[in-house]
Amino acid sequence: MISDLFSVTVLIGILASGIRLATPYLYAAIGETFGQRSGVLNLGVEGQMLLGAFAAFYVTHTTGNLWLGVLTAMLVGALMGLAMAYVTVNLRAQQGISGIGFYLFGLGMSDLLFQKLLGSVETVQGFPKIYFPVLSKIPGIGEIFFNHNILVYGAYLLVPISWFVLNKTTLGLKIRSVGENPDAADSLGVNVARIRYFTIILGGTLSGIAGASLSTALLNVFQQNMTSGQGFIAVALVYFGAWRPVGVLGGALLFSLINSLQLWVQVLNIPIPSEIAVMMPYVLTILVLVVTVSRVRAPAALTKPFEREN
Amino acid sequence: MKKFVWLLTLILVSSVVLSACGAPAAQPPAATSAPTQAPATQAPTEAATQAPATQAATEAPAAAVFRVAVVMPSAKNDLAFSQSMYDALTRVQQEMGKDKFDFVFSENMFVVDDAAAAIRDYASQGYNLIIAHGSQYGSSLQEIAPDFPKTSFAWGTTVDTFGQPNIFAYEAASQEGGFVNGVMAATLSKSNVIGVVGPIETGDAKLYIDGFKAGALSVKPNAKVNINYIGSFSDTALAAEAAQTHISAGADVLTGSAQMVAGAIGKAKDNNVLWFGTQSNQTSLAPSIVVASQVYHWEGILKQMISLIQSGTLGGKTFTANLANGGEVIEFNPDSTVAGDAKALAETTIKGITDGTIKITLP
Repeated sequence: MISDLFSVTVLIGILASGIRLATPYLYAAIGETFGQRSGVLNLGVEGQMLLGAFAAFYVTHTTGNLWLGVLTAMLVGALMGLAMAYVTVNLRAQQGISGIGFYLFGLGMSDLLFQKLLGSVETVQGFPKIYFPVLSKIPGIGEIFFNHNILVYGAYLLVPISWFVLNKTTLGLKIRSVGENPDAADSLGVNVARIRYFTIILGGTLSGIAGASLSTALLNVFQQNMTSGQGFIAVALVYFGAWRPVGVLGGALLFSLINSLQLWVQVLNIPIPSEIAVMMPYVLTILVLVVTVSRVRAPAALTKPFEREN
Repeated sequence: MKKFVWLLTLILVSSVVLSACGAPAAQPPAATSAPTQAPATQAPTEAATQAPATQAATEAPAAAVFRVAVVMPSAKNDLAFSQSMYDALTRVQQEMGKDKFDFVFSENMFVVDDAAAAIRDYASQGYNLIIAHGSQYGSSLQEIAPDFPKTSFAWGTTVDTFGQPNIFAYEAASQEGGFVNGVMAATLSKSNVIGVVGPIETGDAKLYIDGFKAGALSVKPNAKVNINYIGSFSDTALAAEAAQTHISAGADVLTGSAQMVAGAIGKAKDNNVLWFGTQSNQTSLAPSIVVASQVYHWEGILKQMISLIQSGTLGGKTFTANLANGGEVIEFNPDSTVAGDAKALAETTIKGITDGTIKITLP
């Protein structure tokens, strides 16, 4: 039975679905990485994802325009980010608590809008799979890597881009300095508030896309609370990935691959109780977290509101 | 949002209840000062335990309209468990008329504590029947029901009334509809691989899936019925990926139970793989691929409860929805072009289960 896992079909299936499953985590966790590198913990990711998912779904459902849907999701996410930035930067609210507040707002609001505007579970025609000439035809490789929709590729493209922005640009340097030592950054003329506004709004925008990727690319339905905790996993993945886009990518892939592995374990009738199987991704994530993260330090100013002296 | 509204209602209600309890406690001493016989201590304790304010409210509106309150774990339009109850209540209301039957509901009560608060609130508002639509609400109900002896409660899916005179229990023999769906699925499958997406291995989902597997194997003993419990009632994304996994494993017919299957149905639609639904009629979600759904029609049971309550029996009975009593109905998708022979076979199977010639053996 266990040996069934190592057949070509199964391995291809595990890899392909792992890559798909990681998509929303990547958008949300990379957005969160920017926020945390600048010293702001946003626990409202889940709420932003839910509102983004609804916005994208609703706009696509009514206009039939998928890109307009994604754009609306980005806008909604950005607005949530703006509100979060105002609360944490200007009002210096405790970040964890206000994040939970924004999560509950997103959860309730997306549900309310869903009830009022749609009223029942519907489907849309989501983003189609992209066909690559030649590449999609390669046996195995084609199905694993070249058989996805545009939002999946966007998520992976985001990893090198965000790495470049964080490590190779002046903006990235400012973000990191604000997260490590906002006082020093401020004395050198960096506008701490503006940088944090930027990262939180960017994070909200990406969370909005994360939601859109669920409702208009991967599932093509909207249901209440459809993210079911993915936004919180995304926050955990930022810690897991040690605040680095590549680390986040590793974490998201590991979590998703184990999740798709456990789906196969059950489908192949391998005699492991389903409760144990569904626990696997979480248990392994915790184990890796324990082994790796203890060696890496969080941004020094994370969760600390900035108050200008004098 | 809903949480905040609830919190607000909770605070309001508890303050009302507290002040109601406070009032009678303050009154008796004033009354006892005139006639000296009544022992001052007895009156306040009685007032506190019995909460006379809420009891009075229970009796008042009963005569005019039959009022039902229902607490549901997911949304009323989840195309699954909660919707089955909402639709049944709507049908009862259409039948009895709005002037005779009225119902209110609290949906998305996934947190049992919130649900318990809601149940208690409804009870103190004097509803005739309060339905806790979810087996997770049992222990809350066991606690609340004795405080409101004149209110009737119902919960499901279960067979346990806790031996209390004001609790009804209801369940669905989901294995029956599951068996019929399984027979059709195996008949229609060309690859002889069938995929099942389940939530958590318990309750009516487990009954349905076990019955489905038995039905499929009764037609094709060599068919592979792959079952996947994803460990969640809400993870739409994981349900979708589970469906995708089944399809990669060769399945050409899928089924699944609980509200998160919307994601799985979407995947089945994308891959043009047939789908069998349960709990509610899921045809609307993907008319091209849904063949049939087992639908819970709770209205028969509800009407029995209502007439029992009206004649003074508030509980203590257990009801089962099944194919024979119309509590479960196999609803075919009228637009499905594939059903054909399977539909005829389904009808003989339904007949067999109804008259007892087909016995379903569960693992």
